[in-house]
Amino acid sequence: MDGSSQSSLAIRTENVCRHYQMGQALVRAVDGISIDIRAGEFVALLGASGSGKSSLLNLVAGLDRPTSGAVIVQGNNLAALSREELAKYRLHAVGMVFQSFNLIPSMTLLENVELPMRFAEVDRHERGELARQSLARVGLGERLAHRPMELSGGEQQRASLARALINRPKLLLADEPTGNLDSRTGSEIMELIHTFNHSLGMTVLMVTHEQALAEKYAGRMAHLADGKLIDDLPNTPAAPASAPPGGTQ
Amino acid sequence: MKLYDVTDLAVRNLRESVFRNSLTTIGIAVGVASLVAMLSLGIGLQQLASRRLQKSGLFDTVVATSRRDLRNFREQREDGPPPANSPALDEGARQKIEHLPGVVEAYPDIRFVTEVRFEDKPHLTMVAGVPFSAKNNNDAFDGMQGSFFSSEAVPEVILQRSFAEELLGITPKPGADSTNIAELAKPLLGKELTMRYAERTELPSSVEAAGAAAYSVVSRQQVLKIVGVTDLDPESMRGAARARVFLPLKLAQSLHVMQPSETRDPSFGGTPTFTSISVRVKDPNQVPAVEDEIKKMGFSAFSIVDATRSMRQFFAVLDVFLGIFGSLALAVASIGIVNTLVMAILERRREIGIMKALGASDADVRGLFFAEAGAMGLIGGAAGVALGWTIGRIINFGTNIYLQRQHFPQAEIWSVPAWLVLGAIGFSIVVSLLSGLYPAARAARLDPVQALRYE
Repeated sequence: MDGSSQSSLAIRTENVCRHYQMGQALVRAVDGISIDIRAGEFVALLGASGSGKSSLLNLVAGLDRPTSGAVIVQGNNLAALSREELAKYRLHAVGMVFQSFNLIPSMTLLENVELPMRFAEVDRHERGELARQSLARVGLGERLAHRPMELSGGEQQRASLARALINRPKLLLADEPTGNLDSRTGSEIMELIHTFNHSLGMTVLMVTHEQALAEKYAGRMAHLADGKLIDDLPNTPAAPASAPPGGTQ
Repeated sequence: MKLYDVTDLAVRNLRESVFRNSLTTIGIAVGVASLVAMLSLGIGLQQLASRRLQKSGLFDTVVATSRRDLRNFREQREDGPPPANSPALDEGARQKIEHLPGVVEAYPDIRFVTEVRFEDKPHLTMVAGVPFSAKNNNDAFDGMQGSFFSSEAVPEVILQRSFAEELLGITPKPGADSTNIAELAKPLLGKELTMRYAERTELPSSVEAAGAAAYSVVSRQQVLKIVGVTDLDPESMRGAARARVFLPLKLAQSLHVMQPSETRDPSFGGTPTFTSISVRVKDPNQVPAVEDEIKKMGFSAFSIVDATRSMRQFFAVLDVFLGIFGSLALAVASIGIVNTLVMAILERRREIGIMKALGASDADVRGLFFAEAGAMGLIGGAAGVALGWTIGRIINFGTNIYLQRQHFPQAEIWSVPAWLVLGAIGFSIVVSLLSGLYPAARAARLDPVQALRYE
């Protein structure tokens, strides 16, 4: 692999499989998916429930290991990493947002956003300022001392985005980020993700079942069914200035 | 994660479920308190016993007797000369023994049976001389009524309780606790009694037959002032003879009372001899060496030093048992820690999943649970030591009230040395960390995908 093509390639999966044994039955959650995603792309993973899109996202996030095949992110084969190395990878290389926000309820927004920096051993005097800036960027500069339960769903998801970006990862993985939000708030969140994709050049891989959202923001739409990639099409997003920097397949 | 962050997050988590964690911590505190209570009782009793035994003179005393004494004829000793050639146990021998290394003092045991008159009534009893040094190192005079002899050779006397009762004509009821010693002493202190005794006097040289020593026995009497009444028999542990009247040793010596050994010794030496000499040694460990030296001089010697070893062994076993019983409560408390932390994992499953998704390593999660267990151990340990100490003070206070009512001297049966305080807190932290091993490992191995699965 030559250096230039390697540098522009953010994610590559090679015939990756994730099979579970459920009693007697073998569940093929991800069943031989090969996909290349270039740096700076915004890719939507679409499919029905149980199609394997979240399982694929978890493999790319380093939260799960493939049964077979390879997941190569920024040149690292995740399957070959130790538990410790995978934790480091999650800490520095990826930012994640979830459908249910996954903020820690006992912590204020500021503390929630600071948390990944604790794991990264960032100096504690620096942390507060960085977390404040990050929350201000998502419009929550006035809500630092609030606990998640005191905020709306949209605000919580914005805080979760601020947290995902705090260690400056190159890759943003979003698992149904608008699934728990009304359409207006969902659009706000999508606008933010879209902005990060464009202004920060982050690669975005988003799981969603909302075709319309994908069409509006994603530069590429990959459809999954029964753990397989059934089609992978370029898209011209309706959102302004959202042309992906890299080409599509 | 840095230590500060681990501690900060652990304390935050403990505060989140403050009620449950407090209960667990109280459990640890009770466990540590019982451990501290048991061990400090064991240590206190051991110290009390060693103090008493040290004062009893049992372990730092060697008793030297003459081998001419008929009672020693049965002992077939290879070291030293046969009885007939062995030296006499006289003042010269006493001085030699006193100069042996490690010897604090050597004094003759003077005891004799004689008649004592009090308010014109005769009483027969064993009288013993007590060295002036006994004032500070003999527990027999600890709870005494009145006072010890005012100086080394004053005509004063201390009575043993049963003799005091006899003088007053009181017969204690069998089985019942004896009379109050303070009331017993009241009518006696300051009164005088007259002791009749047989004085051994040298005959003028003209009477002396050629080559033979001679002496005569003269009946004399001595007026003595009663200064004290003691509860214990001070010499009960040292000799078979139960003395009930105690004189200052110097006075007893100056009276030249005829000693039983002088008639038992078939050679009738010219100088007065002693039945036995008590040798006080600086350190119980030196007792065997002093004993050997005395034997080399041609005397018989015995001590009960081996008994200390048995006593130490007894207390070691007692401490182990008390420690085990005390630790049982801590063991129960440690199960509480395991339970609390396992509950915390179940409750914070999602939180652990989130932390792992955000990049927390296994070590970070493990460290967090360890820190929580350790913090509970530290707080519980410190509180437990305080609680154990308080319980100890209360028991000690109660015991002393009881002792006082029973007219016993007060005693410290409780001792919490610094090493016990630090040791108990350290032990509590170690037990807590051990209890945290399994929950921490379980939390660290938690699969983030499983933990984050939507509920």
